[in-house]
Formats: sequence, structure tokens, C-alpha cells
Amino acid sequence: MTTSAPTSGRTFFLRPQDMIGIAILAVLLVVILPLTLDNFRLQFVGKYLTYAFVALGLVLCWGYAGILSLGQGVFFGLGGYCMAMFLKLEASSVANTKIQTTPGIPDFMDWNQITELPLMWQPFNNLGLTILAVILVPALFAFIVGFAMFKRRVGGVYFAIITQALAAILTILIVGQQGYTGGINGITDLRTLHGWDIRTDAAKTILYFVCVGLLIACILLAYYVKSSKLGRILVAMRDKEDRVRFSGYDVASFKVFVFCLAASLSAIGGAMFTLQVGFMSPSFVGIVPSIEMVIYTAVGGRLSILGAIYGTLLVNWAKTSFSESFPELWLFGLGGLFIAVVLIFPNGLAGLWQTYVAPRLGPLFGGTAKRAVPSPASEPAVPAAPAVAE
Amino acid sequence: MFSDYSLAELSSIFLMQGFAGLILFSVFVLMALGLAIIFGQMGVINMAHGEFMILGAYVTYFTSQLFLNYLPSLFGIYFFIAMILAFLASGALGMATEWLMIRHLYKRPLDTLLATWGLSLILQQVYRSVFGPREVGVELPSWMMGSLPVTEVVEVQINGLFVMGLTIAITVAVALLMYKSSWGKQVRAVVQNRVMAGAVGINTEKVDRYTFGLGCGIAGVAGSAFTMIGSTGPTSGQLYIVDTFLVVVFGGAQSLLGTIASAFTISQAQSTMEFFLSGSMAKVLTLLGVVVILMLRPQGLFVIKVRR
Repeated sequence: MTTSAPTSGRTFFLRPQDMIGIAILAVLLVVILPLTLDNFRLQFVGKYLTYAFVALGLVLCWGYAGILSLGQGVFFGLGGYCMAMFLKLEASSVANTKIQTTPGIPDFMDWNQITELPLMWQPFNNLGLTILAVILVPALFAFIVGFAMFKRRVGGVYFAIITQALAAILTILIVGQQGYTGGINGITDLRTLHGWDIRTDAAKTILYFVCVGLLIACILLAYYVKSSKLGRILVAMRDKEDRVRFSGYDVASFKVFVFCLAASLSAIGGAMFTLQVGFMSPSFVGIVPSIEMVIYTAVGGRLSILGAIYGTLLVNWAKTSFSESFPELWLFGLGGLFIAVVLIFPNGLAGLWQTYVAPRLGPLFGGTAKRAVPSPASEPAVPAAPAVAE
Repeated sequence: MFSDYSLAELSSIFLMQGFAGLILFSVFVLMALGLAIIFGQMGVINMAHGEFMILGAYVTYFTSQLFLNYLPSLFGIYFFIAMILAFLASGALGMATEWLMIRHLYKRPLDTLLATWGLSLILQQVYRSVFGPREVGVELPSWMMGSLPVTEVVEVQINGLFVMGLTIAITVAVALLMYKSSWGKQVRAVVQNRVMAGAVGINTEKVDRYTFGLGCGIAGVAGSAFTMIGSTGPTSGQLYIVDTFLVVVFGGAQSLLGTIASAFTISQAQSTMEFFLSGSMAKVLTLLGVVVILMLRPQGLFVIKVRR
């Protein structure tokens, strides 16, 4: 895979066109959307952006390293649940829950005849520990799964099926263990974060900007990983795994790392989702949401970091507006999108941009957006597309 | 958990749950057979497999309605005709899918997964629009109702027995087709070495299309059998797809014997545990067990040694 040579004005891990792309996205999210959308719609965008974290993780994991995980909803859910547990404990203070048989525990535990806070919930009395848990619990889980599988050289299709099974297992477990997890309704009725009411419009706007800030930080992290030596090994591994192994690299460890990174990114998205939407439920964990998250990435372009963000926004926007006006048509649309993105434009929106728009924009910007050079010796499995700016 | 029951009670519990497990086993085997051919032999991940099954179930439902209204005297045998129609309908849809979609994707197995998932969403919505969101059930002919007593406390339902018999018959037929007929030989040759198979004069594209059609057709028959023991809704197929994939992977993707053995293990484990634990915990423990075993032994239970 070609990236531009270090001599072409590249002093930093971002190439000029990447910086332009990120700046355009930042302006769009920070200035244009808040000014043009009302509060209600802006909160929708905020919700979509939390899925963009997952899409970002999938670009690294699936697009660059070639590991398709159909269980990213698990990590999104774990992050979301960690945050929801903290908020729920704060909402169920002794004063708020006087009428329960056991005051001071979440209401659904009281309904399920649990009389003291389970050990699993204890750490979530502390915000610092909660934030650590949001990032580390999913990473640890990903580590266990990834280590067990990649060390035995399980990959590709089998990995996808097993991660999908994990998503199914976690959903059934959450729904079944109502007393500990809130069951099918999830954890609802979240009120304050350290005394700050998160349900007001002002708070939601602030949370939107926090979410945008975190997303941009994560995008920078993704670019850093992509341009580092690690990123190049990931791509090499995807294209010719055996050659990388014979060159002396421990392929499994790199895979485990990128899988854990994707898990943590998804979990940050999940935590932001809980904060902005005000609840978390198993319907964001299972097979269907997990595979929908893959389609966001595929629509945006599995090789494009910024493309995945736009893909997420676009698919979700289409979903909301379609299901408002023609609820029956949405599944046709989504299904058609799955098929079209695979058969017709496998590199997603970013691929279309690079083929049709970027070459014409090139001359306008003094050649910063160079025409994508088709790389000669690439696997047919993943059509080559050097990531040029979106 | 066993201490509350006497030994005699325990043995009947195991018998009853064992029989319930055998019905689940039949459904698993019927679904997994088609998938084992499509995934195990062709390497295509067909996420719409459940929807092909449901198509068979709806065809059976309609045939039963037709017989009920126009040919009530022949109602006793409608099921056999429905089964053939279900096979033809699902098989035809499968061949159309292969021609329009799958054949462009043989080199990209992960993408077949996404594309067939899209197909499954579209089919679900089609079923919902055409047949309505409610679940439908068929009426059983009178000879299939009731149950046979085995001991004083244990009895087995006739429809369950019938489904089991059907499963055995179809499994034997598929095994004969794959391992004894010349067509099965061609399929296995294409799977092992596509280029060489083409070079010796096998029409690989045609073999692919018919193999995919056969897998989908068996799914249709599975749906047909499924109506005997449960009702059918637009999303019923999706409930089984993960279990079925685990069955196929757990058995060792290329071995029919492995598929049957793993369907047996998974269904028996699940239905036995269901009696002692809640249904959801039984399912969690079963799936988790399978996933852990797959992590330790990724190639599955049975492996066919092939030089690559």
C-alpha cells in the first residue's frame, strides 16, 4: 500500500490533505450543524456520532487489519452499561429511593428481590473507576477473545461467526439476569452526573460538543496508528499474513492489539451514547445492531477513517427520515444498501470520492489531493485504495 | 440441583428432555445440512439461510390452506406435496440468488456475509408485507396429532417422531447424493480444486449454482418440517441462524458427520439444562461452551484431512 513519501512535505503524522479533511469535518460538526439544526435534530446527530466511534474502530480492525468483527455491539454495550451503572447508582441515592424495600439500590434490583448492591456494581460508585472501566473492561474482554483466537490462527469467517455468537450470548445474558442488569428494558431513568442534570437541553448541547471533541481526538489517534509502523504492519498482514509472519513479526499480537483498540473506541462511543440518550438497553448489544455498525463502515468506505464518520451520519440520517415517513420501506433500503455496497462500490463513499471527485478537485488545490494510484500487487479480496483525503 | 428429585424421576426427566432435545436436534440438523453444503462445501456465508427456511414454512402453510379449502379429502397427505413445493420454491430462489449475487463474490467470503444479510432483511420485509406480521400455524392432519405412551410418565408426540423420521430420511438422501452420486463427486471436486475441476471438463459455474440451490432447497424442507412443531413469522428464521452457524462450525465445517454430531451435542445439552436452569441461562451456557471449545479447537469436532 502506498502512502505519500516522507519527503512530500510530511513533517507530522498527518498529511496536508488529512488535515484539511479533519478541519472540514470539525467545522461541519462544531459550527455548521449546531447553527442550522434545532436542538432536537442536533441530539440525533449526537447519537449518530456515538456510533461513529464504533465505525472508526472497525476501519482500523476490519479495513486495515482485515479482521471482521460482528460483535462490536458487545463493546459498545459494555461501555454504555458501565456508564449507565454509574449514573443509575447516582440516581438511586437513599433519598431518591425511600419507598423501596431496600433504599439506595437501583429500582429494578428492588423489584427483583435483591436486597444489597451486588459486588459487580460496587466499583461504579466512583466516577474515576467508571471511566477506567469504560475503557478497560471492553479492552480486557477483547483481549481474552482475541488472544484465544488469534494465537490459534483463527481468523476471517470463523472469527466473524464467533464474535457474532458472543453478541448473541451477551444479549441473552443481559435479558435473562434482570435483577443485575435491568433485563430487556435496560438501565433507564438516569438523571445526573455528579449532581449535574444531564436531561436538560443545555446539558445535551454541552454533551454533544464533548462527544465531537472526543471523536476528533479518536480520529487523530486513528490517523496516528494508521501512519505509524504499526499501521503499515497491519496492512501488510491483511494482504499477505504469512509473509509478515515469516519476516519475524508476531502477527497474533498485532491483531490482538488492534482488536482491543477497536473495542475501547466502541466503548467510548457507548458511554457517550448513555450520557446523551439517557438510557442503555440490550437492543444496542445484539447481533442486529452489531452488523448494522459494520454497514456504516462499509458505506463510508472501510479504508477511510473520515469516510466511516460520514457513512455513519448518512446511514443513520437515512434511517431516521425513512422510518419517519415510510417505515415499511426502510428494511428494503437497508437491505439494498448492504447488497449495493458489496457488489457495486466495495470501497464505499470514500472510494467514489477518490474515483470521481478528488481527481477534479486536485488542480484547484495545487495537487494536494493526488489521484489514487492503483497499487499493482494487491489481493482481490480487498481492493486497494490508498487513503487520500476525503 | 439434582438432590430434589428421586432417581426414577431423574431418569424420566432425562428421557423427556432428551426427547425434546431430539426435536430441537432435528430442526438443527435440517437447517445445518443446507448450511453445511453452502458454507462447508462452497465457503459462502449465507446469512439469509433462515429466510430460505421460512419461505418453505410459508409454502407449507399455503399448501395446507389450499388442501383445506379445495381438497379436504386428501388433507392427510398434503404435507408431502408441501414439502416438495417448499424444496422447489426455496431452491429456485437460491439459484436466482446465486446467479445475481453470490457468483460475483466467491473470492470475498466476508462480503457474502454482508450481502446475504442484506438479502435476509429484504426477505423479512417481503414476508411481513405479503403475509402480515403475525405468526401463522398450520393445521396438522389427524394422524399426526396425539402422542404415544412409552412408560407411565413418559410419552412422545407423533408429530415430533414424524419430524425425526423425516430428518433421518433427508440426511441419508443428502449423504448418498454427496458421496455416492456422480454429481456429488463433481461438487466435491470443485470444492477441492476449482481450476483442476474446470480443466477436466466439469462446468464449475453450473455445479456452484445447483449446489447453492440444493442447500437452499433443503432449508425449505427444514421450514416445512418446522411448521409441524411451531408457528411461523417473518423473523422466525433469524432466531436460528446463529445457532445453526455454530452447529456447522462446531462440527467441523466440511464434515456432514460432524454437523450431525454437533447438532446432537448442542441440542441435548441445551434441552437437558433447560429443565434445571432457566431457558436463557441454558442457552447462554450452551453457546458459551461451544464458543470456548471452538477457541481451544478451532477446527471443530471432525476434521477431514486434505492436503492443501
